[in-house]
Amino acid sequence: MAAPPRSPARTSWLLSTPALLLLIFGAAGPLLIVLVYAFLEPGEYSGVVWQFTTEAWFRVFFERDIFDGTVSPADAHLTIFWRSLELSVLTTLTTFVIGLPMAWFIATRPANQRAIWLFLITIPFWTNLLIRTFAIMEVIRNQGILNSLLIRLGVISDPIQILYTETAVLIGMAYVYLPLMVLPLFAAIDRFDFRLLEAGYDLYASRWQVLRRIVLPIVRPGIVAGSILVFVPSLGAYVTPRILGGGKNMMIGNFIELQFGQGRNWPLGAALSLILLAIVLIALLIYVRVTTREDSRHG
Amino acid sequence: MDDQPAIRIADARKLYGSGEAAVRALDGVSLDILNGEFFTLLGPSGCGKTTLLRLIAGFETPTEGRIHIAGADVSDDPPNRRPVNTVFQSYALFPHMSVRRNIAFGLEMLGRQRGEIAETVERMIALVQLSDMAERTPTQLSGGQQQRVALARALAPKPKVLLLDEPLSALDLKLRKEMQLELKRLQHETGITFVFVTHDQEEALTMSDRIGVMRGGRLLQVGSPREIYNHPADRFVADFIGETNFLSARVEAEAVVLQNGARVPLASTRTPGSMVTLAVRPEQVQLRPDGPIAATVRQVVYSGTDTHCYAALSDGTQIVARLQNPPSGEVGLQAGEAIRIGFAEDAVQMLDD
Ligand SMILES: Nc1ncnc2c1ncn2[C@@H]1O[C@H](COP(=O)(O)OP(=O)(O)OP(=O)(O)O)[C@@H](O)[C@H]1O
Ligand SMILES: [Mg+2]
Repeated sequence: MAAPPRSPARTSWLLSTPALLLLIFGAAGPLLIVLVYAFLEPGEYSGVVWQFTTEAWFRVFFERDIFDGTVSPADAHLTIFWRSLELSVLTTLTTFVIGLPMAWFIATRPANQRAIWLFLITIPFWTNLLIRTFAIMEVIRNQGILNSLLIRLGVISDPIQILYTETAVLIGMAYVYLPLMVLPLFAAIDRFDFRLLEAGYDLYASRWQVLRRIVLPIVRPGIVAGSILVFVPSLGAYVTPRILGGGKNMMIGNFIELQFGQGRNWPLGAALSLILLAIVLIALLIYVRVTTREDSRHG
Repeated sequence: MDDQPAIRIADARKLYGSGEAAVRALDGVSLDILNGEFFTLLGPSGCGKTTLLRLIAGFETPTEGRIHIAGADVSDDPPNRRPVNTVFQSYALFPHMSVRRNIAFGLEMLGRQRGEIAETVERMIALVQLSDMAERTPTQLSGGQQQRVALARALAPKPKVLLLDEPLSALDLKLRKEMQLELKRLQHETGITFVFVTHDQEEALTMSDRIGVMRGGRLLQVGSPREIYNHPADRFVADFIGETNFLSARVEAEAVVLQNGARVPLASTRTPGSMVTLAVRPEQVQLRPDGPIAATVRQVVYSGTDTHCYAALSDGTQIVARLQNPPSGEVGLQAGEAIRIGFAEDAVQMLDD
């Protein structure tokens, strides 16, 4: 016998070293810095003072009155978190309700037309986010396309104020993230066996029952994937709420940015970032749970 | 009420597409299918069998004509309001549901009571012998087992009619024979009318109470397997169902004259001088010294239970005789040998040209 071959486990470790290094310096490192900063004192103008404190975490949830030192819950922060969650959930729902028929439509086109439709869906994706957001602004502002059209049609007499409301943020985010919902839905529906629809109707199911009992359960992995892909970036969205929401409708992303800028409170920004990360991780955990259960049931 | 046909199809026509490119899938089909019968639609590929079945199930609407089920005109009802269930060729089982849930689906959609559903499902599982696999999903079953689930799922709501579109074509020969018996048993036990589609004539002959032979969107003949086999309505049916010899002949009084001049005594009601085709099954062709037709043996093929003797008449017309083998296994024929052929008068089917 010749020299024993190198153990496969050791070889694969060696091969994955570059990836590991990238992970350590690219992901774990910055995360560690954020974690450390969240437990330090803010510097006077910016940065941090190397002094351990949990003040940043306290400040996430509570406010201390500057004059008499009384403590009260940080309602403003809770409002921002709540608004972010609400808008992200609504964005996910909106993209789903619009995306499902779109994905269905594309998946039922003849094979040679599908590529064109998919390409059209993804075009906005190749365009700069700022430009797309300003385009939406042009549509919904008071003298914009939508309002002028409605006024000319006589539906309304005065422009509706959409811009700088939560609705504007919702419209913008739904528009921006729609492709992320349509693509996984399309992939799932594309694999769907349409003969099952006839089997459903044959067994006395109504259209609604066929959708709920047959289509949705079978394309569920696509729904979950699309929802995560839309929900996660929505939660951290920054550009769209800033431009379309104006100053009033801040989301977590804007609030974090504020701490690193005008707010000059890096530790608070770091703590907020970690909380955002935690929410995203919980969402991903739910995703993993749901999909693995699905897999084990399909065997 | 009970002598209402289970299905009445009145002059159904179906065009796919329109204008120049339209496909005439059904071209005026009228048919009564009786209560509790095992009816088979038989025909070559593309003759419209599936189309007719889909018209009955409601997946297609007829371009013209009406469809009645159990006396009621259902032509305008969607599939989920027709008292028929289908066993699809691809089975189309719901992949995300267990065997039990698949079978319960129709009953749940009909809004039956829980207790009743559970009871019926158990009965169906026992009926198709899947008790050990009730919790599995379709992907964990073999083809034959999936087939049984599809049957149980379609039978559970107790439809008036069960439609089966080539349900056995995906199975291997042995399983296919097994499932043929199983289908007959299920039909007998449930008393439900079965409409079965196949392009396998042997399957049709062994399983059916009645057969409808189709070609090019038309129904050529409807009858019992015996009628269809022994008295085919035309040359196509005779050829499609089993092997047949065709001989062109001219009618004379009390006889017909073949193209090579041989005179075969045969009474007929046709006017003398008209041309006909004689259809004779190979097993009805007799080799006997007093036979009216002279022929030469071309080839003798032994096949276990019998021997096929291929012969040619003097004008080159081919004729095949199937001879039952004697205990010795030797029919004593050789290629090149001159023989004489005849047949019993009632073994000949006279078809118009
Ligand atoms: N959806 C459709 N669109 C256009 N033409 C169709 C359609 N379905 C069937 N046809 C045509 O109608 C004719 C009858 O088809 P059908 O499927 O009923 O045949 P079949 O007897 O079931 O054949 P097979 O034994 O191959 O299943 C065929 O010529 C077929 O090409
Ligand atoms: Mg067919």
